[in-house]
Amino acid sequence: MSQNLFIRNSVVIRDSRVWRDGELIFKNETETTLSKFLKAIYKHQNLKYPKFFKMDSLSKLGYLGAEILINGEIQDKNTALVFSNSASSLETDEAYAQTMQDFPSPALFVYTLPNIMLGEISIRHQLRSENVFFVSREFDASLYIDYSKALFQEKKADNVLCGWVDLHNNDYDVFLWQIARSGGIDFNEEELKKLYLPTHE
Amino acid sequence: MSRNYLLSDSIISPLGFSTKENLAAILRSESALKWHNNSRFFENGYYAGLIDESIIDDKFNELGSPDDYTKLEKMIILAIQQVLDEQPDLEIENTGLIISTTKGNIDELEKSKFSPDRVYLWKMAEVIADFFGFKTKPIVVSNACISGGLAIKTANDLISTGRFINAIVAGGDLISDFVLSGFQSFQAISPEPCRPFSNDRQGVSLGEAAAAILIGPANSDASEKVAYLDATTANDANHISGPSRTGEGLFQSISRLFQHNNIEPSQIDFLSAHGTATIYNDEMEAIAFNRAGLDHVPVNSFKGYYGHTLGTSALIESILTKHSLLSGQLFNSINYSASGVSQDLNIIEKNKKKDLTLALKSASGFGGCNLAMLLKKGGI
Repeated sequence: MSQNLFIRNSVVIRDSRVWRDGELIFKNETETTLSKFLKAIYKHQNLKYPKFFKMDSLSKLGYLGAEILINGEIQDKNTALVFSNSASSLETDEAYAQTMQDFPSPALFVYTLPNIMLGEISIRHQLRSENVFFVSREFDASLYIDYSKALFQEKKADNVLCGWVDLHNNDYDVFLWQIARSGGIDFNEEELKKLYLPTHE
Repeated sequence: MSRNYLLSDSIISPLGFSTKENLAAILRSESALKWHNNSRFFENGYYAGLIDESIIDDKFNELGSPDDYTKLEKMIILAIQQVLDEQPDLEIENTGLIISTTKGNIDELEKSKFSPDRVYLWKMAEVIADFFGFKTKPIVVSNACISGGLAIKTANDLISTGRFINAIVAGGDLISDFVLSGFQSFQAISPEPCRPFSNDRQGVSLGEAAAAILIGPANSDASEKVAYLDATTANDANHISGPSRTGEGLFQSISRLFQHNNIEPSQIDFLSAHGTATIYNDEMEAIAFNRAGLDHVPVNSFKGYYGHTLGTSALIESILTKHSLLSGQLFNSINYSASGVSQDLNIIEKNKKKDLTLALKSASGFGGCNLAMLLKKGGI
């Protein structure tokens, strides 16, 4: 059962910059810390979602990436979420482990799972759809392709929002894109890698 | 479309170091949940299912040097080794390895006995893959407490897209200080062994375990095997750490699964619930099961035997469901006293024999995730 799938759009957040569909849309000239950079994106995008301020940095990255990618509302509420990263929730795991010595923080503990980000995006967009979170050493284009293809083949989704949202030791790397049966760039490893790392071609 | 089956399996738990030992212990109504007083987070001790590392090392000595691997790696390796021993003809170069875990070697954050990269889940997976010489890159599923079921779904889907011919799904999680203190900070831990769906339930008990199963085509008579039919996931879109009051995501995952496969609720012979024994989780499940028309289906929770084994739980419970189907055995939902949910459920109160064909496995977890899976005995 072969089928043609297409990358509809993409977002990259890296090195204090944000790109949408390859175009630089935001550059942070002044802010130095990650949390200030995230807040600056939130303001620049004119977002109004108070839950943002309760999230850990990993979820903030995923939430912001999704907002910029879909630019408003996700129309298809059956849109599946296929996400992965390298460091799981280690950034928050380490912060929680610090509080363990003293008073273990339930507010931090709840973010010590990487798929919490999928919950945050699902809540924001009211998606009661398919979710999966993988962890791999580095960005694995073929894993997204194989798993997403199966979702389409099994008719479990007509639109898939994929994400690589990685954060550890304040180093972050975010790449989100949407796949559908029509419109955009061919969904294959080569094109995906080009969008993920355009500067390394 | 070709079907995949749940083939050889292994469970490494306080109840035993093979599936056979675990099934025998369950039939004897043994529970892994014992009182422990070794944690600074519990003044008065706590109940959990723990495995002493020295027992693991005794078994592991036959395979390698216990000092070279973390406790969790050794448990998962032992489980995979048993599967491979039963499958001497398996071609490892065509076999995928899918690891299901929530926290992996998180205890290494404090212990620092191994190199710091060992806390990365992908690193743990690579260590395990290298031990056996898997040729394909290991895949890690880390999706809270539905991970074990989602890893089986992933194995099936990646076999169907041709990534590999078979896959070993292996899972494990430890009850580390990290996990214990976190659940305690939520005030979610029961002061006595957990009592799923009971009116006197007071929260979860935690347990550690590892498990492994081979997923792939049936190379011989399929009538004596259990097939994976399908699985769906659905998010509650409600709360990141609490279940939906209406059981929306769980209901959606079950009803979509039934629609997709033209299944009526009356066809389900057995339901293996998540049943953590928290007030809100069990009530949520009862509502979702009733909305899905499953109130008459014999149902149990295996949490009273093992505690909540986190990323392993749905994997272990799928393995036990497979054996329920094969042996026509309904297992007692241990520690159940009297109904403590607002909806009718047909809780299994003692072990009994019954002809079983079709089973439903469900799981739910933090992040609002839910999963439902259909397993069927015999050819399709």
